[in-house]
Amino acid sequence: MSFLSLRTWQLGIKSLLLHPLRSLLTVLGIFIGVASVIWLLAIGEGISQKAQEQIEGLGADNIIVRSIKPPEEAGSASTFIVRYGLTREDFTRLTETIPTVERALPIREIRRRFSFGGRMVDGRLVGCTPEYAEVTRLEVDRGHFLSDAEVREKKNHCVLAAGTAQQLFPFEDPIGRSIHVEQAYYVVVGVMQHKDPTAAIGGSFAAQDFSNDVYIPITTLWSRIGDVIVTQRSGSREGEQIELSQITLRIDEVEHVMETAELVKATLARYHPQGDYGVTVPKELLDQARTTRLMFIIFMGLIAAISLVVGGIGIMNIMLATVTERTREIGIRRALGAKRRDIIRQFLVETVALSIVGGITGVLGGLTCRPVSNLIRSGLESAVPDVMKQLPQVIQTVVPVIVPWSIPLAFGISVTIGIIFGIYPAMRAAAMDPIEALRHE
Amino acid sequence: MTAAAQIQDVTKEYVMDGGTVRALRGVTLEIPQGDYVAIMGPSGSGKSTLLNLLGCLDRPSGGTILLGEDDVSRLSDDQLSEIRASRIGFIFQSYNLIPQLTVLENIEVPLYYQKRLTGKDRRRSRELAEMVGLGDRLDHRPTQLSGGQQQRVAIARSLVNDPYFILADEPTGNLDSVTTLEILDLLGNLNRQGKTIIMVTHEPDVGRRAKRITRLMDGMIQSDERLGKQ
Repeated sequence: MSFLSLRTWQLGIKSLLLHPLRSLLTVLGIFIGVASVIWLLAIGEGISQKAQEQIEGLGADNIIVRSIKPPEEAGSASTFIVRYGLTREDFTRLTETIPTVERALPIREIRRRFSFGGRMVDGRLVGCTPEYAEVTRLEVDRGHFLSDAEVREKKNHCVLAAGTAQQLFPFEDPIGRSIHVEQAYYVVVGVMQHKDPTAAIGGSFAAQDFSNDVYIPITTLWSRIGDVIVTQRSGSREGEQIELSQITLRIDEVEHVMETAELVKATLARYHPQGDYGVTVPKELLDQARTTRLMFIIFMGLIAAISLVVGGIGIMNIMLATVTERTREIGIRRALGAKRRDIIRQFLVETVALSIVGGITGVLGGLTCRPVSNLIRSGLESAVPDVMKQLPQVIQTVVPVIVPWSIPLAFGISVTIGIIFGIYPAMRAAAMDPIEALRHE
Repeated sequence: MTAAAQIQDVTKEYVMDGGTVRALRGVTLEIPQGDYVAIMGPSGSGKSTLLNLLGCLDRPSGGTILLGEDDVSRLSDDQLSEIRASRIGFIFQSYNLIPQLTVLENIEVPLYYQKRLTGKDRRRSRELAEMVGLGDRLDHRPTQLSGGQQQRVAIARSLVNDPYFILADEPTGNLDSVTTLEILDLLGNLNRQGKTIIMVTHEPDVGRRAKRITRLMDGMIQSDERLGKQ
């Protein structure tokens, strides 16, 4: 009777099928363990991949400085116009005093209403320079993005984001048409491809939706609209004076990013004691995300390992019961010539068979991770939409990514656990005195 | 002609909580090939102990046991298993078939532990099943058979490895009188064909079917008589 012989396995499976429910429940324990290893690792990977993608989308060699409205002070309520944020002077200072800054990108964003004919879109008017497209990873769909010449000459040209173009020009080609923004008209010179919104990262970097943007040269924005924006708010009028919404700095080498960030912070701190800005360093976030990912994997792995061990204990429990129940059979087999190792093998084959079946079904269950999680999510969305909306955005959008090595790992662990937890019951069976075992009722 | 089994001055002691129990106190017995011995005696006389020693399920405390030419009294557990698999056929009072196996598979069990099963072995198992009258129930499970039929399967199983002798422990203890006669006839036939049979029983009627009755008392042989020709 050899371990590999078909007969041994046939016999083991036959014995297991004597108690189908019992075997099924034991397999279930391993199934849950294996599937949860794959699931938890896939969800962890999905979350961290998403975070990494978003951070990488900001560019590891970038430093992003944004204007932040300072908390309103007691006396400032009387002031009609609040003045805060980054200035053109800051921009010059940063680009000229820090040698590792290769390029700097001034950006000014304002909420505006765009219209063409009878159609209107509320969106973001972005004053920027030609590098903006490259740095924010926007692709041109038709026409061209803003050029240096257009910026220099303060042209009344604009480029539409995919969403804006779709809504303002559902039928006609927007290139060459003029859209209306406040009192001015801008000629459309290009349309960008669709870009997924980026989620908020870190404290100072809010989520950005690019779909309803209109891009114009920043020089045009400064001369036509200026720094002061007045908004109507329930009867009263409020004003803000901001020169720049954001400055994106591109650093010459990734290794210089961290020290440059320190310099940027130090430079700005001197001129902005009220702290009306925020510095986001994607590389720093990326490093953090990598550490978090590792911790996540360890944590998830730990939880999954616990469930596998619980499954293993289930196997051991069942096998101990089986061995006691089949004492007589063990006695008969010993009397008819089975050696101790034949008995060990026989029971070990049964536990290994259980754990292999559990492992295979567990892997299959693990592979359903993505469709099942989508199903659960859409189920929750239709059943309890309010609860769903309150959940963190990660949970609402995460797509599990199956980690390839988790499949052999989970399967290997399940079989190993089958062997480890099967050995003791099998040894106990083999250690029985055949005479005693034959007498057992 | 060598004896099927030769027992020389065998003793067996069990160490229990209350002290040492001397189950066998020097038993010498020779069983020639082709013999049919009934070992009888009251409970506690040591007949089960003697059967366990002859069946290589246990080792004696003293003395030697020769099966064929091998001294089995000092063999290792694995070696004893090999001897059981290849040279001894067991028949038990409660049949001791394995419930999840079919008739044919039950007959083959001793062969699993001996070597790989060949087509020849399969044929032989089938022939044995036919010989005991169960050729049409090869795929039945033990629970689907009557007591007498189960014991027939056990007899076929005891023959499958072509043993030195068949050890029958109260083979008719669980059977009614009609079936008892059938089983005893079967054993008698086997003996006439040359099989050595050692049977433990406490029923005088059953013992009389043997060629020889060995009586044990308090761990020693009380009498050893050869019965008249049958």
